[in-house]
Amino acid sequence: MDLTVVILVEMLYAVASLVLISAGLAVVFGMMKVINLAHGEFMMMGGYATITAVNWGVNIFVAILIIAPLVVGLIGLVVERLVIRHLYGRLVDTMLATWGLSLFFIGLATMIFGNTTTGISTPIPGFSVGNYQINGYNFFIIVVAIFLLIGMFAVLKGTRAGLIARGAMQRSDMAAALGYSPDRIYMATFFCGCALSGLAGAVLAPLVGLVPTSGGAYIAKAFITVIAGGPSLIAGLFSSAGLFGIVNQVFTFAISPVIGEVALLVAAVVLLRLLPQGITGKIFKGKL
Amino acid sequence: MQGSLSKDAIMVTIVTAILIWIMPLIISTYTLTVLIIYGMLGLSLGLIWGFGGILCFGQAAFFGLGAYTYAIAAINFGESTIPMLLAVLVPAMFAALLGAMMFYGRLTDVYLGVITLVVTLILFKFINSTAGPQYVIGNARLGGFNGIPGFQTLNIPGRPDDYIWGDSYFYVCAILLAVVFFLVSALLRSSFGRVAVGIRENETRMSLMGYDIRARKTLLFCVGAAIAGLAGALFANWGEIVTPSLFSLGQSAEIIIWCIVGGLGTRLGPIIGAAGLAYLKFLLGQQMLIDNTLITGLILVLFVLFLPKGIVPAISDMWKVSFGRRPLGRIHQQRRIRHRGRANG
Repeated sequence: MDLTVVILVEMLYAVASLVLISAGLAVVFGMMKVINLAHGEFMMMGGYATITAVNWGVNIFVAILIIAPLVVGLIGLVVERLVIRHLYGRLVDTMLATWGLSLFFIGLATMIFGNTTTGISTPIPGFSVGNYQINGYNFFIIVVAIFLLIGMFAVLKGTRAGLIARGAMQRSDMAAALGYSPDRIYMATFFCGCALSGLAGAVLAPLVGLVPTSGGAYIAKAFITVIAGGPSLIAGLFSSAGLFGIVNQVFTFAISPVIGEVALLVAAVVLLRLLPQGITGKIFKGKL
Repeated sequence: MQGSLSKDAIMVTIVTAILIWIMPLIISTYTLTVLIIYGMLGLSLGLIWGFGGILCFGQAAFFGLGAYTYAIAAINFGESTIPMLLAVLVPAMFAALLGAMMFYGRLTDVYLGVITLVVTLILFKFINSTAGPQYVIGNARLGGFNGIPGFQTLNIPGRPDDYIWGDSYFYVCAILLAVVFFLVSALLRSSFGRVAVGIRENETRMSLMGYDIRARKTLLFCVGAAIAGLAGALFANWGEIVTPSLFSLGQSAEIIIWCIVGGLGTRLGPIIGAAGLAYLKFLLGQQMLIDNTLITGLILVLFVLFLPKGIVPAISDMWKVSFGRRPLGRIHQQRRIRHRGRANG
């Protein structure tokens, strides 16, 4: 019984962290079609922003939920103006340029913070279920992920800004004809995507020892989650994160964490072979 | 592609001979050897990406697989001839399976990139986790993140005690690169190569003309993997140790950067890009002022923004404009036609 609860929580946690990791990329890649290989580094910078802010005496939740997304969003804004802006619509070139950016940020972080592991302790104490110990912070992550999904849905579906953004991504010429500046919309959307990446990095920062190359650990997972999700942003994100999270945890508990990771990747390869358009290319078609 | 194959052969021989003679005077042969190996690795991706249009994110997987195959086989056989052959064959077989899965599933661009990336990651994670004594192939322990040290290095075929090392190993690598370069040129001149370029340009049209694009892409992918495998085996011999970092994403990234900087769609570009950037990295590694990765990243971003075609095409364009015999361009032709018209009328 206790074990069931623990496994259930762990599964929810795995799904939630996949949602968090992939949300920023879902906006930047899923909506804007910019293959952002620097996604992991945006997360890494979110983590560093949090840790730096906490060390300066800022409340940890303020640092995670407000400061880190803002800082990373602003960095994203600069990057968009300087580099990405010139590359919209050139898929391979965005990929190479962002790969360059990712290396650049790794180098920059190494110069500023040094090639050592930094970290902060989790702000929520753990508690025990029967003979097992559960990390209380996991619940925080699950809650953030739920609010994130609801928030994204509400903004994209419910607000005028979300409508304009979705319209401009589909037909930027039409949006321009109706009097909206696609340039501005792309800029704002990229800012949001980067802010989401920063948030994810910040939320996960207390759980991992942060090094400048931490981003590499997330990038592959984020990409396969977004690509396997397919064209629908939120339904795709949720369904593929759910599938991969559960596969990962089942194999982790059954065999070992390494096999869990490998099983996740194998599941992604098989899934893409069967459904090359992603999950929502076949199921939940036309949903947001 | 002007000129004939025999002219190609003569050019390759002459240029190789000159470079083999001059380069060791400038750079030590130990460093040169690894530059040559990287050049071969760059060429392998340059072939399948630049001429076949297959953007493989996992070229490092074949490189690492070649190196590991060589190391494991060399420990088991105690000599180097069969391991060298295996190091070419095993990555090619692996690429055949992977390629068949991808191309017969009609996966293209982004999905292809992601699958090759994921496969590289799987290999990386798997090899990293094989530290325990239960992971053994024959006499060789896989060794996890410590890698495999202490295997038999290259020897003269049939004489396991006569090692090829130092300067003579440099000559072997240089000649192998020249041979591979020549074979790649020959492949690209053949009808297979021309059809591959056609597939890069327009897949639908080539399939409507009756070519089996899936089989052809798979085959080209295999050839690329075989070259990468050979480079991996040479690298294993050079470093005398193989580690999982051969499979890492950073390694894959570097190969792509070499091709972009050198110039896609050329044979020389990836080799020059690889050797040049690897040497730059080597020089930068000797200073502590600015982080190495930062500069690599900056170079890539600047190249994508300002010189997306790469160095070699840019230089050859400049060469053509300033020195080349100008082929009759459209303007000239029009002028001539107009002249002729006037003369006739």
